[in-house]
Amino acid sequence: MRTTVSDEKDYRGKIHKLSRDIMTGWMSQLKAATTNPVPSAYLMISGNCVEIMRCFDILPVFPEINALQLAIRKNSLPYIIKSEEIGYASDNCAYVKADIGFTMCGGVGENGTIPKPSMIVCNFVGCNVYIKWFEHCSQMLNVPMVMLDIPFLREEAPTKEDVAYVICQLKELITKCEELTGKKFDIDKLREILKYSVRAEAGWSRAKELCKNHPAPFDAYFDSINMMGPINALRGTKEAADFFDATIKEYENMIADGMGVLDEERFRVVFEGPPPYPYYRNFRNLFEAWGAVAVQSTYSTVGGTWEFGFRHDPDNPLESIAEQMIVHNLCNRSMIERYKQIKTYVDDWNADALVIHSIKSCRLFSAGQGDMREYFTKELGVPTLMVESDLEDPRYYAEAQMKNRIDAFFESLQYKRLRKGEQVEMGKRGAGMKGST
Amino acid sequence: MTGEKIIQECRDLLDLLPAQILALAREKHPDVGGFGVFPVYAPVEIIHAAGLLPVGMFGAGDKIELSHADARFQSFICSIAKSTLELFLRDEMKEFEGVVFSSICDVARNLSSLVKRNCPELYVEYLHMPQNMYSAESANYARSEFERFRTNLSKQLNRPIPDEAIRDSLKLYNEVRHHTRRLYAHRKAHPSSIAAADLYAVVQASTRMMPEDFVPMLRELCDAVEASDVKPRDGVRVVVEGAFCEQPPIGLVEVIEASGCLVQDDDMIIGWRLFDDDVVSNGDPLAALSNAYLASSVYTSVRHDYKKPRTDGLIDRMKRSGAEAVLFAPAKFCEPALLDYVLFRQKLEEADVPHLKIEFEEKMWTFESTRTEIETFAESMLFD
Ligand code: SF4
Ligand code: SF4
Repeated sequence: MRTTVSDEKDYRGKIHKLSRDIMTGWMSQLKAATTNPVPSAYLMISGNCVEIMRCFDILPVFPEINALQLAIRKNSLPYIIKSEEIGYASDNCAYVKADIGFTMCGGVGENGTIPKPSMIVCNFVGCNVYIKWFEHCSQMLNVPMVMLDIPFLREEAPTKEDVAYVICQLKELITKCEELTGKKFDIDKLREILKYSVRAEAGWSRAKELCKNHPAPFDAYFDSINMMGPINALRGTKEAADFFDATIKEYENMIADGMGVLDEERFRVVFEGPPPYPYYRNFRNLFEAWGAVAVQSTYSTVGGTWEFGFRHDPDNPLESIAEQMIVHNLCNRSMIERYKQIKTYVDDWNADALVIHSIKSCRLFSAGQGDMREYFTKELGVPTLMVESDLEDPRYYAEAQMKNRIDAFFESLQYKRLRKGEQVEMGKRGAGMKGST
Repeated sequence: MTGEKIIQECRDLLDLLPAQILALAREKHPDVGGFGVFPVYAPVEIIHAAGLLPVGMFGAGDKIELSHADARFQSFICSIAKSTLELFLRDEMKEFEGVVFSSICDVARNLSSLVKRNCPELYVEYLHMPQNMYSAESANYARSEFERFRTNLSKQLNRPIPDEAIRDSLKLYNEVRHHTRRLYAHRKAHPSSIAAADLYAVVQASTRMMPEDFVPMLRELCDAVEASDVKPRDGVRVVVEGAFCEQPPIGLVEVIEASGCLVQDDDMIIGWRLFDDDVVSNGDPLAALSNAYLASSVYTSVRHDYKKPRTDGLIDRMKRSGAEAVLFAPAKFCEPALLDYVLFRQKLEEADVPHLKIEFEEKMWTFESTRTEIETFAESMLFD
């Protein structure tokens, strides 16, 4: 039996629309800046320090969001091919290729939709490709690159030298921002910005928490993208903070009304790995058809693992920015830490299974996911499905094969559930009989 | 020993797996322990000063079949990650005291986690090497990272690793690097004086022997090579670029020269010969190492240095070595190398320098198509 999915449900539409509205507002600023330049900076998503940019009214620009949008609008392939023509390999991260191809075709600068940045801030948080990507942008656009080297979280906690190194680089970045804008650093303004961040972070955290409910009010993989834009790109603004207030209200109301994101929630899964943006809707449908909802996902935490409690601290602005960059985001944590994160998700969010979407572009996510599958199936006994495609390159998505794998997986989950149900029933009957003798 | 004999000894070492390398070292140093060093760079002096043999872990070439690791790493992951994991999963490394990885790429980082999870008894270290060479805190940070390593290793072994011992090791590895530079310098001036594959075997041997045993051999080899009177060969003088982590099969290096090229310089095993000068060996050895890393490293694909872009580094390497073309030899699926190729290629085209890309895998055993490609490339240059 399959669940029918109604696309028109208000709740999904409402949060999606709110998110789209504030993201569109920011994108129109980007577009406006292509012809009326304002100070702007390239940044990477994971563990970013967007609040510092905001403190100087520097417009933040995220090439990753550019790549994502190209993919979700099914526009990425021509740009990927353009990049391959100048030497990028088929095995390179396609986020880079799409963004660079787009830049080469004039998408950045006066005639495009994205302004040429005044500076390129490489917040190297986990992903080594970030460094290359921004080196390439820096060279192509002839814009200086500022390196923010964030030590990987290689032990339980960062060393005091890790923290000192990051804070020092943040101060050096601040000096560069002062030079760029001619404005003096105002720590009180940063504190105010961080207060908005904290509100958004608390909202994010609460929303994720709400998915512990049965049924879950939203899909923590596919719908999380509505929250990822505001938390990662617009963090530190009133709009983002208000957005989260509205989101929570909406989801809490749904819970009060006993509503879930699906008409019938039959399977609760945790998702690992980025989604296939070029086939976002198709991919989602394959799960929804089984009544499967993601109650948690690792991908949604690339920018921050707020649901585990971290908040920026307006009383200690730079220290807390440094701490977030080093410790509290998925990208700067090891695979072992990711296994722990997933295990917590499975246990505390009460999931039936783990789905690993292994993507070729992103080795940060995917390298070694075979071991993850091994660990979850063999050592923890968590049913695990692993499927492969890409987050940006549509050539790697094979719908029929994907559907077969997903259907087979849920069929077997369903079968196991039926068997278990029968056994429980038999057990009950057995116990009853015993009691009657 | 003659030069040939030394080279043969080095070549023989290439056939050994880490456990065999350690066993061989123990014939002379019965108490020595082993420590794996995954590319690109690690402060081997700290490891050696701890009474261990630092062993370069460049995968397993064609010496083992993968039976576990390819289920853990997908098809689009480089070979070195898979074969290195395989060594650990097969218990090949059980005699070793530990292994060190560093922040070279996302694959190496995840590999370090997989090794740690699958070998819970083993000491697995991960170094975050600085990517910002110019922050006011860079030197402190880099030094602290080496200090952290010393402390952890010392705890692991339950014995101190004093400065004095590290200074002694620095002197030895300075000698290894010094004579290696001598060989490279001599080859630049006299391209036929040592075959690229032989030099490659020698450098690789430096990652497989105790430096105290290796230095005399290397010195002797240098003397022999410098004294030799070899008739110069004709060929296209090239720089080989891109094999800084996973290493090509020696057969490929041979094919490069057999197809009409003379290798003038390369970045193979670059992490073990990273510094362009001796590291200061008096004073605080960890500060000396961190200063060397920040200020005296040659360019590599895994180290960002905005004041010295590696595209300029490559042009400089070409000029200094008298090369006229570049052979890009990235390992298949090696993201840093493949990404760098784009900027390198652009720069070379601006400078009108011919180049050819030849991807390799450590298990590769037939080189015919590569040979044809290189031959065609070399001929097109010779008869241009
Ligand atoms: S490798 Fe992954 S994290 Fe890094 S830029 Fe590509 S998609 Fe993003
Ligand atoms: S060969 Fe390349 S991708 Fe593989 S571990 Fe080495 S640097 Fe990373």
